[in-house]
Amino acid sequence: MNADVPLLSVTGLEVSFASRRDTVRAVRGVSFEIGRGQIVAIVGESGSGKSVTARSLVGLAGDNASVRADTLTFDGADLREFSAARWRALRGSRIGFVLQDALGSLDPLRHIGSEIAEPLREHRTVPARSVPGEVLRLLAEVGVPEPDRRARQYSHELSGGLRQRALIASAIAAGPELLIADEPTTALDVTVQRHVLEVLRDRTRDGTAMLLISHDLAVVSELADHVYVMKDGRFVEDGPTRMVLDAPRHPYTRALLAAVPVPGVRALRRPERLAQAGTVLEAKELHKTYRLPGRARLTAADGVSFAVRAGETLGIVGESGSGKTTVGRMLMGLLEPDSGKVEVDGRPWTALRGAGRRAARRRIQMIYQDPLSSLDPRYTARQLLEEPLQVTRTPAAERRRRVAELLDYVGLSADLLGRRARELSGGQRQRLAIARALAGEPDVIVCDEPVSALDVSVQAQVLEVLNRVQARLGVAYVFISHHLGVIYQISDRVVVMNKGEVVESGDVEKVFTAPEHPYTKSLLAAVPRISPEAETIPG
Amino acid sequence: MTDTELAVPRPRRTTGGTAFWIGVAFLVLLAAAVVFPALFTRIDPNAADLLSTLRPPSAAHWLGTDQNGRDIFARIVYGARPSLVIGLGATVLALAGGIVLGTAAAQLGRAGDQVISRVLDVLLSVPGLLLVFLVVAVLGIGSANATIGLALVGLPGFARVVRAEVIRVRGAHYVEAALGLGWRRFTVIVRHLVPNAVGPIFALATVGLGSMIVASSSLSFVGLGPQPPTAEWGAMLSGSRDYLVLAWWPAVFPGLAITLAVLAFTVAGQHLQRRIDRRSR
Repeated sequence: MNADVPLLSVTGLEVSFASRRDTVRAVRGVSFEIGRGQIVAIVGESGSGKSVTARSLVGLAGDNASVRADTLTFDGADLREFSAARWRALRGSRIGFVLQDALGSLDPLRHIGSEIAEPLREHRTVPARSVPGEVLRLLAEVGVPEPDRRARQYSHELSGGLRQRALIASAIAAGPELLIADEPTTALDVTVQRHVLEVLRDRTRDGTAMLLISHDLAVVSELADHVYVMKDGRFVEDGPTRMVLDAPRHPYTRALLAAVPVPGVRALRRPERLAQAGTVLEAKELHKTYRLPGRARLTAADGVSFAVRAGETLGIVGESGSGKTTVGRMLMGLLEPDSGKVEVDGRPWTALRGAGRRAARRRIQMIYQDPLSSLDPRYTARQLLEEPLQVTRTPAAERRRRVAELLDYVGLSADLLGRRARELSGGQRQRLAIARALAGEPDVIVCDEPVSALDVSVQAQVLEVLNRVQARLGVAYVFISHHLGVIYQISDRVVVMNKGEVVESGDVEKVFTAPEHPYTKSLLAAVPRISPEAETIPG
Repeated sequence: MTDTELAVPRPRRTTGGTAFWIGVAFLVLLAAAVVFPALFTRIDPNAADLLSTLRPPSAAHWLGTDQNGRDIFARIVYGARPSLVIGLGATVLALAGGIVLGTAAAQLGRAGDQVISRVLDVLLSVPGLLLVFLVVAVLGIGSANATIGLALVGLPGFARVVRAEVIRVRGAHYVEAALGLGWRRFTVIVRHLVPNAVGPIFALATVGLGSMIVASSSLSFVGLGPQPPTAEWGAMLSGSRDYLVLAWWPAVFPGLAITLAVLAFTVAGQHLQRRIDRRSR
């Protein structure tokens, strides 16, 4: 850490957004500083004000935002007095900005190369002649293979990881002294995230300072020197990263840490499994290929077989593009496999038509990642819960009784019955989706990334609801997720998928502690961990 | 378990501005005139008085009299029904046809879509007024046939929007989830697909009502709508045209009635459209 004047110094920062009706105070007086070469993280859940804090540092808080601060200095200069032109000169040249969504941050009509060249030309970092060479050097520096080919591609032609690296390259092009990274790895697969984190860490070795904004404590723990924990627009705790994460003082930090699902650390008490549970759902040699534009084909499922037993949770884990969602849709009978079959209670979907198929559908329900998309926006919570009961012509009095029971299972208040999905919070919506899935008393619920869009504390609550419901009703889950920690918490057995194939399957404890397949090993090794000392799984 | 999350505040119902409420008030008056014209005036709209033709507005005749000595206010009040019913009827018919054809085009597979969409293209390619003339020429002059003709003009636009909306909505997970509950496909279409797809066309229809009313008035103006002596705003305009040099009131007041009615429908329709846009965001 640097002893002399910090690079960035902020005291009493307040940001509020005025609308016609009221004023939202997003940031309520925060103070922090960042020294040269230091990595400082602000961690918090959605709505805590962490992104607004980052944006107001580069003058991008928004048109209706009012930003006030007692001091706001960058390298000794008072940012509060900056004109729009000086802000522009500062952004990109001395402060670089990396956002979560690289596809949205890169111009779709321009090559990656010209995107990176722009800050070089704008800020005249290098002579015009050497711009193309500098672009290639930057791409190579952030670990983009074949830089001269990639520089001529458009952002949508790159994978998520390469795109994020290209965005980092454009942010560091002009050699900024401070890099602000807002959720830089949130949209990435765990193995790709590992590479991007390494690229970011390498950047700071030469004295670049970084402000990292993240909801992910594990990512923060791997990168940051100093961490600020933010809640409702205020910092509740701060300190050197190791100290805050190993010995949190504030209850909120403790709750946040406790809620993080870690592979190998049991937070939920799983219900006892029945010794002689029958098979309720079975996938036999499922194959599915998609035709892509051009002649290419994508194999989404290549000989996938597994059985789901009554009352257990089968986790399906894999990175994006591994085929796990395709398998989920085939289990639901929403997608016909090219070959192979799915058997519901010993009968294949393909043999079922008409009323028999509709009856079988009720045995398997689904929960989606985004309940806003899976719940009809015109329906109130009550209507959503009654609908599955109307399918089976349940009388109205019985429906009311069942709705009350379902609310009790998932811990929702009856006050919410009059609301539509968009009037509920993320966690309430997902609980409503669970209750609705339970209404028809299914044998199996296929859960496709049900907690991936939720904040970690809400995620823990929803996982607990799922766990409790299973213990009470004995429903089986097929739990699809990319998150190894979540899969570990909720699953009894696990299937690891890569490129459409099952590479490993077995008891969750065994697969996570003694993985056999190299892919499983690399996946587990890539998971960011909060404290290396507490690591329970050999990498 | 405690819910540490903050619940999302319920969005407040949006209330319209003054213009919206004036529009609504005027529409209520119009509706009353359509249903109970006798509430507004005791004068018979068809009672000719050849001794008092083309009298300017006065206490006895609020809006004056026409070339046959009939009371213009009474004719405007009684004219509301024939003038508005054709436009409204045509819009309702066009909506119903548009929803059915648009949904069918989206749901009947490639061949069905091709057939329906090409027929709609043909309808769209014929100029609107010409299409109405054709229908009236084939089926005969009169209010009912004018309504059918106008409905055919409005239908293809609605059908296209519904088709596009159905295609957008059917990809939604809630449609998939409804199939997963065990409903029949047809039930899912009626319960979830169509209700979520038709929002935009209802707003379009209220805005389009105005032009339908103008179109139906134009038809009466050229003599293809309700026949004399029926009081109808377009026909009143048409009848006044030969006396324009002598009297302004027989032309101005029916014209004003058409304009205000169209304005009221348009203001209300745009407000509805904004509300639907906000909801689907």
